Amino acid sequence: MKNLEELKSAIKKALPDLDLVMGWTDSYDPLHATPHFMRSDEDIDKLRVDALSVNNLATYLPSLKGKKVGIIVKGCDSRSVVELLQENLINRDEVKIFGFGCEGVVDQTKIRRAAGDVRNVESCEISGSEVTLKTGGSEHKLALKDVLADKCLTCRYPNAVLSDEFIGPELEAKAEFSEGYTDIEEFEKLSTNEKFTFWLGEMDRCIRCYACRNACPMCVCRDHCVAQSREPHWLTQEDHVREKLMFQIVHAYHLAGRCTECGECQRACPVDIPILMLKKKLNKEIKAVFDYEAGVDSEATPPLLTFKGEEQKIKEKDW
Amino acid sequence: MPVLEGKELRIVGFLCNWCSYGGADTAGVGRFTQPTDLRIVRVPCSGRIDPMFIVKALLNGADGVLVSGCHPRDCHYAEGNFYARRRLEVLKRFLPFIGIEPGRFEYTWVSASEGQRWQQVVTGFTEQIHKLGPAPKIEGADAEATLKLLEAAL
Ligand code: SF4
Ligand code: SF4
Ligand code: SF4
Repeated sequence: MKNLEELKSAIKKALPDLDLVMGWTDSYDPLHATPHFMRSDEDIDKLRVDALSVNNLATYLPSLKGKKVGIIVKGCDSRSVVELLQENLINRDEVKIFGFGCEGVVDQTKIRRAAGDVRNVESCEISGSEVTLKTGGSEHKLALKDVLADKCLTCRYPNAVLSDEFIGPELEAKAEFSEGYTDIEEFEKLSTNEKFTFWLGEMDRCIRCYACRNACPMCVCRDHCVAQSREPHWLTQEDHVREKLMFQIVHAYHLAGRCTECGECQRACPVDIPILMLKKKLNKEIKAVFDYEAGVDSEATPPLLTFKGEEQKIKEKDW
Repeated sequence: MPVLEGKELRIVGFLCNWCSYGGADTAGVGRFTQPTDLRIVRVPCSGRIDPMFIVKALLNGADGVLVSGCHPRDCHYAEGNFYARRRLEVLKRFLPFIGIEPGRFEYTWVSASEGQRWQQVVTGFTEQIHKLGPAPKIEGADAEATLKLLEAAL
């Protein structure tokens, strides 16, 4: 990030009125950044914001309710904050938002596929258009565009949609709504049976670790999630593809009209199941029926939490 | 029962207490003939129907699911079916994406006085499900393979 120093001094100025500020810092190896909870100026000096700052920190906000928290957000992260505000899961006066124009983050899976063994990365340099990795004595030069997360290739909101302090220049959106859903349209072309087989195959690999749920900023039930509750007993602990598919549909449906497509669920999945597709499909339909996108307007009510007497796009008495 | 073996399919109907359940009753009292594949679950209001009821039924062996509530603006609780309409419409558009044939789930509105309409709905839906045939079942883990693995491990 070009304006990092500017951001750091803005945070230093704000910190005395806050309990902590969330950002990112160096992690266990040069290929990763990790969430960073800043409580002092020394902490702020360790802040890093770049293409490795992938975590959506909004995930931590609901559990910090009651504290005064600063948060640094990319465009997509900011939509999660807005959605949390919409649902009164956090208080606006307890959150100070530092936004910026985001140029995209990397997808570790893509890097792994391109570079092979990345267990012992010695160094990682990210320039404007290239990622240079040194690992196991060899050097890999990867084009940044080839390893950017899919969501970034069709980013519609690179700039924080809501912020108290916006650092640096605003960027232009890379795409329109429809361009973000070509993968979904492609998949829809498959036959019903092919789709069914695909999902059963993918779900078969699921290990029910619930990382996808825990990474999701909008999954706020957590310790009373229907996936684990015994009353009602929606899912058994059985290791059956049916239970796993059921869980994933629950996850997707509970996010209908709320999911901001930050992609954290899919990123967190240790076995790379493309579960974001389920959420994107719902978002596509929510847009078609209600002309609505989640996390854009903090005053709006998510469409499944309200109704209209006359629904423009729902045909009545079809049946 | 053996007479019907192999002929009936498993169809689950979620009907609201105030309208559609009454409508089905009216059809019964009027002695309108109806197919008998439908198993009715009576719920207090269509607004009570969690879309997950429908998904759960479909993933666990139902060949079709029918939801029926009071006509919009006629809800006993004033707005339950308005919420239901949104949820069910979104679900209807979602199910084909996971590979469930669009016709296996329908939602509709039938009032307590509409015995005739209930007869049409249940007949039409049952026919539709019979045309689709039994839903593909989700197979569990291969029991024999699991046993072999166990034997190898022990
Ligand atoms: S989707 Fe947009 S805002 Fe989010 S990380 Fe990618 S480029 Fe940045
Ligand atoms: S469902 Fe996935 S993409 Fe949507 S908000 Fe949650 S983590 Fe982000
Ligand atoms: S993160 Fe992946 S493996 Fe874990 S529960 Fe979610 S889908 Fe399954």
